[in-house]
Amino acid sequence: MPNTTIAGRDVAVDDEGFLTDPSQWDETLAAELATNIGIEMTDDHWAVIKFLRDDYATQGETATTRRVDKVGGFPVKQQFVLFPKKPAKKMSYIAGLPKPHGCV
Amino acid sequence: MKRLLVLGAGTAGTMAVNKLRPRLSVDEWQMTVVEPSDVHRYQPGYLFLPFGAYTPEETFDDTDRYIPEGVERVRGEVDVVKPEENVVELVDGRTLPYDYLIIATGTTPRPDETPGMDDDAVWRKTVHEFYTFEGAMALRDTLADWPGGRLVVHVTEMPIKCPVAPLEFTFLADAFFAEKGMRDKVEIVYATPLEGAFTKPVASSLLGGMLEERSISLEPDFMIERVDSEPAQIVSMDEREVPFDLLVTVPLNMGADFIARSGLGDDLNYVPVDKHTLLSDKYDNIFAIGDASNIPASKAGSVAHFSMDLFPENFIQHINGQPMTHFFDGHANCFIESGRGKGMLIDFNYDTEPLPGKYPLPGVGPFSLLKETEINHLGKLAFRWMYWNMLLKGTELPLPALMSMAGKNTSVLETPVLDSTDKELEAVR
Ligand SMILES: Cc1cc2nc3c(=O)[nH]c(=O)nc-3n(C[C@H](O)[C@H](O)[C@H](O)COP(=O)(O)OP(=O)(O)OC[C@H]3O[C@@H](n4cnc5c(N)ncnc54)[C@H](O)[C@@H]3O)c2cc1C
Repeated sequence: MPNTTIAGRDVAVDDEGFLTDPSQWDETLAAELATNIGIEMTDDHWAVIKFLRDDYATQGETATTRRVDKVGGFPVKQQFVLFPKKPAKKMSYIAGLPKPHGCV
Repeated sequence: MKRLLVLGAGTAGTMAVNKLRPRLSVDEWQMTVVEPSDVHRYQPGYLFLPFGAYTPEETFDDTDRYIPEGVERVRGEVDVVKPEENVVELVDGRTLPYDYLIIATGTTPRPDETPGMDDDAVWRKTVHEFYTFEGAMALRDTLADWPGGRLVVHVTEMPIKCPVAPLEFTFLADAFFAEKGMRDKVEIVYATPLEGAFTKPVASSLLGGMLEERSISLEPDFMIERVDSEPAQIVSMDEREVPFDLLVTVPLNMGADFIARSGLGDDLNYVPVDKHTLLSDKYDNIFAIGDASNIPASKAGSVAHFSMDLFPENFIQHINGQPMTHFFDGHANCFIESGRGKGMLIDFNYDTEPLPGKYPLPGVGPFSLLKETEINHLGKLAFRWMYWNMLLKGTELPLPALMSMAGKNTSVLETPVLDSTDKELEAVR
């Protein structure tokens, strides 16, 4: 697995730039990852990211947009506003989690 | 007497009872399968019905013909499973107790989950689907005298069963209109929630190229919000509007509703199981096989088949209190019809994406992976015979259950990884 430097730190990422070790994640890193993809974090963004992190900790897999809507209470439409065009990918990228599957 | 109860006699449930009956002593095990339908449907045939390439009769047969002796078939619909009490209740009020339960109730299209999709004004008139027998037949009637216009082929949300089917439909539609001499009167658009034509990178770029060659435009990252009838268009969550004259959609796919009522499912009513053994995460005497489980593999008959080569051995070990040792790898093998008498084949599993090469014999074939050939097309057609005559009855096919890397060309994977940070980020943007 390749390593890269984000927010002055050495972190392990996959070939699309997603963190491969969720424990290397913290909020400073998340803000930097968000900037990389042109997103400025607001409280609304943080609320979604926090849900994804907590959900991953209990479920062991990344929540899909459907789950972020149904369980997290953030409607898919809002996810598209906060993380334009590719919410599933962008949310997991910022949250330092693997891309959700369901895509097979 | 111990009781093994199987729910659903579709592809997976029928294979399971045929494979398990000879392995379980008739004196010790009573086997029952619950299935409401007297006809067993060959769903891969639905792809061909709309174009008149299969007759309706070629896509179904009697359910009971494929249920082996020594297995009781109960004609009924499951209402709820009570896993704490080890009983299943049917809609008609009957109660069936079990010692072991195998859930094989598949997945079905749910047009009512998308606003406007199944409105009377449009449903089966200008908005169609081919994931049910009725749908495929209605679409056949519409296509027979459709004057042309803008055809939008659309996928609502992943996962869907047979994820290549909508692409195949698109290729076949292109060929169908060309043959009728009216391809110039039809504009074809492929709208998908994925970021490309397919899920896995190598296959996706190849299939994307095939759309381009056929002048079919791609509308990626399209997450549908609603279907409008006036003007006729699909609208995405981020307000993109795609107008259509004829919409052929794959509605949201969901597992059976009783799974939710029984507290056994995830948000799409799929049963969470261990992806290598298919044993429920929650109950030690419940398995889910075929499309009904949540394993991260394609929902396909071929996956059900490969997993069923391993499952019976695991099941026997499990009921004897031994650890299960026949680990399933998510092996899938799908023919992709590409039109004009040709087809492609993809072979992959949980960890390895579809790659070019030869199958099943390395270097020999006769099938070519990720390449359009006539032999592949014949393979797809031959599959129907194999389905009725071998697969359902549990006859072993000369194909390995686990995926093999032999015969696959991995050099296509040697694209530079992480050559520049900008490039990776491009993907996320
Ligand atoms: C258009 C199309 C094309 C396809 N093409 C291919 C292909 O080329 N290759 C391939 O490998 N796969 C293909 N598939 C997928 C394949 O058909 C399925 O993956 C396969 O049938 C799954 O088997 P299953 O037993 O899990 O579900 P099913 O075969 O769908 O069986 C489920 C059974 O459960 C029963 N059931 C449902 N609810 C209840 C209830 N409440 N109580 C009792 N019984 C119930 C149903 O009546 C049904 O008989 C295609 C599917 C479609 C729709």
